[in-house]
Amino acid sequence: MAGVNTFEVLSPGIMSTVQDLGRFGCARFGVAASGALDGFAVRVGNLLVGNDENAAVVETTLMGLRVKVLRDAVVAVTGGDLQARKGSEPLAMWRSHLVGEGETIVFSGPASGFRAYLAVAGGIQAAVVMGSRSTNLSSGFGGFEGRPLRKGDILAVEPVQDAVRFAGRGFTPAAVPAYASPWCLRVIWGPQDDHFSEAGKQTFVSAAFTVSPDSDRTGIRLKGPVVARRPALEESIISEGILSGAIQVPGDGQPIIILGETASGGYRKIATVISADLPLLGQITPGDEVAFEAVSMDEAVQALREMENRIDTFKRGLK
Amino acid sequence: MGDRSLLVELGDTISPDVNRRVQRLMLQLQQAPPPGVREIAPGYRSLLVVYDPLSTAFAELTERIAEASVQQGLAGLPQAKLLTVPVFYGGNYGPDLEEVAGRLGIPADEVIRLHTETIYRVYMIGFTPGYPYMGELPAALAVPRRSTPRTRVPKGSVGIAQRQTGIYPVESPGGWQIIGWTPIELFDPSRQLPSLLEMGDRVKFEAVRQVEI
Repeated sequence: MAGVNTFEVLSPGIMSTVQDLGRFGCARFGVAASGALDGFAVRVGNLLVGNDENAAVVETTLMGLRVKVLRDAVVAVTGGDLQARKGSEPLAMWRSHLVGEGETIVFSGPASGFRAYLAVAGGIQAAVVMGSRSTNLSSGFGGFEGRPLRKGDILAVEPVQDAVRFAGRGFTPAAVPAYASPWCLRVIWGPQDDHFSEAGKQTFVSAAFTVSPDSDRTGIRLKGPVVARRPALEESIISEGILSGAIQVPGDGQPIIILGETASGGYRKIATVISADLPLLGQITPGDEVAFEAVSMDEAVQALREMENRIDTFKRGLK
Repeated sequence: MGDRSLLVELGDTISPDVNRRVQRLMLQLQQAPPPGVREIAPGYRSLLVVYDPLSTAFAELTERIAEASVQQGLAGLPQAKLLTVPVFYGGNYGPDLEEVAGRLGIPADEVIRLHTETIYRVYMIGFTPGYPYMGELPAALAVPRRSTPRTRVPKGSVGIAQRQTGIYPVESPGGWQIIGWTPIELFDPSRQLPSLLEMGDRVKFEAVRQVEI
């Protein structure tokens, strides 16, 4: 069905892309998952406006996105608090609102977190390519014309009946994640933790690392004490599949947390961020401090179950 | 890897035998995917299986994969396709050809001859969509990656590094030594098989001409 032109991009800000929860099942073609980096925020945003959790949204980074509303719509802003406003008044986050034709939505800059999500009833219209509406930046497909948004782009929305009934919903305040530095990320050791010296592993879980400004959607680059590998090992390993949350340590001993744009890698991975903490990765900002805490598989699965319960409870309340 | 994937290691080395074991296990799991599996990512010597830890327990999945690897001896592999890739070597097409030849102490023509005489196996697709990691490059052509990677390597560039050769399907950063360029389209997301090459395929390079320097 033809989409309804709903937003005009007046300014794309630092970086804005169309994303859903990611592209899975295409790693054997070298195609990474892409997708929103804070999946929790996207799922809640979509539920607030009556969408499927996997509907496409706009992911915007840090500041500067301005969109003009071309037609009445129900929207929700979730994720990092980039101080979204509707005209001059603040737009309360984690709630659904009716916005009217001619109004402007502006993201003025971070109060907390790094990436915000604009969900709209119906979902941003984008072709499904290889099973997903997410933007693949390396090959330039999916999302909006396979690229970050630019000034003048018109975003269409899938038509939805009587969207106004979704306005006025709010997410459980107590379940809204806190996005604040210093971050403590829970990890599970491996798969190549045995390639690191005991001192190197100790450094990894005891040091505070600083997030480097050259971090982007491919990875969060950290600066800190050297995480030493065992002597006599080469810098790289034989390339293998990789997933978001894997923490690579290249030859210089400075960890990189892999995000969604990489399907394979040739560096050792000391540990992997647990599923329940993955959404936080989207909110870590250059200059922040990051520390790691090793947990067991049981603790990780329990934490994931708790996160899913928060979403399930909210979903049940909507019916 | 983490709480949502298993890295199944099928050997320690880059070898066609190990890689075929990876390929067989991948096909086995694709034909009968264990419940909860979201992604299967093959590497040279390993298979990364990503799953939903709330719908499948680690132990259960490990068992299913162990069963599959026992059965995989029976599974045949599909006929590998052989693709001939035309390459313009040297000059602007292959800015590192002369340097590679110099480093190896052989003429550029000899680099081209050695690069085109072998039929390579596609070990895996990775790095960027459709990027084939191929081997094994003749020992006489083994050179390290560039000490400073380029920020932009043009689409279609043919590179070598250590005992591997590859083709850049899109413009991207890259550290391999670029010896030539090919016009073939390696990746098209609208095709049913988006990647022209798949793990296990075979590739032969053919010199179109060497650009005079």
